[in-house]
Amino acid sequence: MAIASPINVAGEAAPQALRGPGWDGRFTVLILFLPPALLLFTLFVVLPIGEAAWYSGFNWNGFGRPTQWIGFDNYRFVLETRAFWLALRNNGLIIAVSLAIQLPLALTLALMLAEKFRGAVALRMLFFMPYILAEIATGLIFSFVYDGDYGLVASIWRFFGAEPPYLLASTDTAMLAVLIVIVWKYFGFHMMLFIAALQSLDKSLVEAARIDGATRSQTLRHVVIPLLYPTIRLSVFFAIVGSLQLFDLVMPLTRGGPADSSNTMVSFLYNNGISRMRVGYGSAIGVILFAICVTFAFTYKRWFMRDE
Amino acid sequence: MNSAETARAPFDPAVLFKAAFLGIVAIFVLVPLLATLLGGFKSLGELRVNPFGLPHHWEWQNYADILFSGRYWQLLRNSLIISTLTVTLTLITASMAAFTFAHVRFFGSSMLLSYLTLGLLFPAATAVLPLFIKVRDLGLLDTYFGVALPQVAFSLAMSVLLLRRFFKDIPYELLEAALVDGCSYIKFFRYVTLPLSRPILATVGTITFVNSWNAYLLPLVMLNTDALYPWPLGIMVYQGEYSSEWHLILAFITLTILPTIILFLLAQKHIVAGLTAGAVKG
Repeated sequence: MAIASPINVAGEAAPQALRGPGWDGRFTVLILFLPPALLLFTLFVVLPIGEAAWYSGFNWNGFGRPTQWIGFDNYRFVLETRAFWLALRNNGLIIAVSLAIQLPLALTLALMLAEKFRGAVALRMLFFMPYILAEIATGLIFSFVYDGDYGLVASIWRFFGAEPPYLLASTDTAMLAVLIVIVWKYFGFHMMLFIAALQSLDKSLVEAARIDGATRSQTLRHVVIPLLYPTIRLSVFFAIVGSLQLFDLVMPLTRGGPADSSNTMVSFLYNNGISRMRVGYGSAIGVILFAICVTFAFTYKRWFMRDE
Repeated sequence: MNSAETARAPFDPAVLFKAAFLGIVAIFVLVPLLATLLGGFKSLGELRVNPFGLPHHWEWQNYADILFSGRYWQLLRNSLIISTLTVTLTLITASMAAFTFAHVRFFGSSMLLSYLTLGLLFPAATAVLPLFIKVRDLGLLDTYFGVALPQVAFSLAMSVLLLRRFFKDIPYELLEAALVDGCSYIKFFRYVTLPLSRPILATVGTITFVNSWNAYLLPLVMLNTDALYPWPLGIMVYQGEYSSEWHLILAFITLTILPTIILFLLAQKHIVAGLTAGAVKG
């Protein structure tokens, strides 16, 4: 209030109508209301990302100040590590599974459950439930499901008289096991997006198509799905951005192992940058991830979401 | 013809296919959850031979041990403190900023808003190492605030967007009339905007709460003391200690996801609303 008082004095000279009502109060609000959010955002989001770019030029363990400037060597080290490319490939696999299995499954279920019938709401809630659970809890539940001694999968194997495998402990199967959990956890989220879109659809268009003699599947293909395109594009966007940043789910399942076979970029960053406090190296991974995410987001927005 | 069709309806292959499909997905979702809940009631020996079915002998002791251990409650308390701090600070700072963006015209307003919404694109993992160093330099390492403040910062972009869109629907004439009558912006915010915005505040609050309650990476980096761990960190430690005693781990998991499920049932309206509101315009 005290800060705004000189402006009050100045404001009195001019007729109130010229300035519009409450003209002087604006400054008080600007000075009091905006800084907390902007300050927090700048200090804890924007600056650290800038600092990541800065630190990535140093060989530094995080203590004292960074002094040993090594230019782009950290990036070279990252790109020369086989495990990094494995992690990148795994993120690609996660995206592929999200797009090829998860979203079609979600869309199919949404089309089934958007209609009202007994149990539809209960099923919606059930399918959405995994999304509400913490990634850590989900990961632990499935490390039980996959456990070679006590798990559910193991007992199915034993039922057929075979020796149960340790799916999470083999480089051949660990990533596959993780992918199944990803579908389990996130399909309900996309289903809910689709249901919300279906419910806000203009139903007269669907009715018009039916009256014009279109069959159910024709209506679906030529009317409903095209009307859903904005939501589908958004769902694809969320799926890809989420896939690129996946971390919490991997930790309780495999910690990125065995032999880095199930690392994602973020678990690779954690295992190499944070656990061992290799700040420069870890920051380089972070900056690469940042570049991928931002490039993707802007390209996608430009190419596919122009009309929104 | 008509009656024949109605009579045949229950055997419609499409309906049958639909029911079967929904059933399979329901089983896919339910079995791991039920097995976790029931597994906590079994002994380790029984878990091995009977992982799917109801327990032959209900071991209430597994659950009782955890509930009376103190450890479980400490984890919940820590989580509750961190999440409450995060939600409170997010709602205060985000609603003030959103109000300014919605109702106060000033030079640079749209630029500042796009600056803030860029935050939607930034991966938290990129910031986490420098954040650790910053939080350490601020002396906040190993404190609740060291976790909560970055969480607030990362939830601001979405929160401000959602709140601003809602605030904008409050008629500008109302604000004008109030200002003419000598009401200040701040009083209008306090006595008109906020009370009218309870639904969206609840939605933003719930989403922020769930995200903070489930968060793992930031607490993992910012906290070193077990006594301060929120439950996702605590349960990982527990699992490490009891590595293959799955009956205890399952009971522990069940008890830690229980609050989540209760919260979900209480607040599902707000969770789904936030999800779809955020989705309409990413």
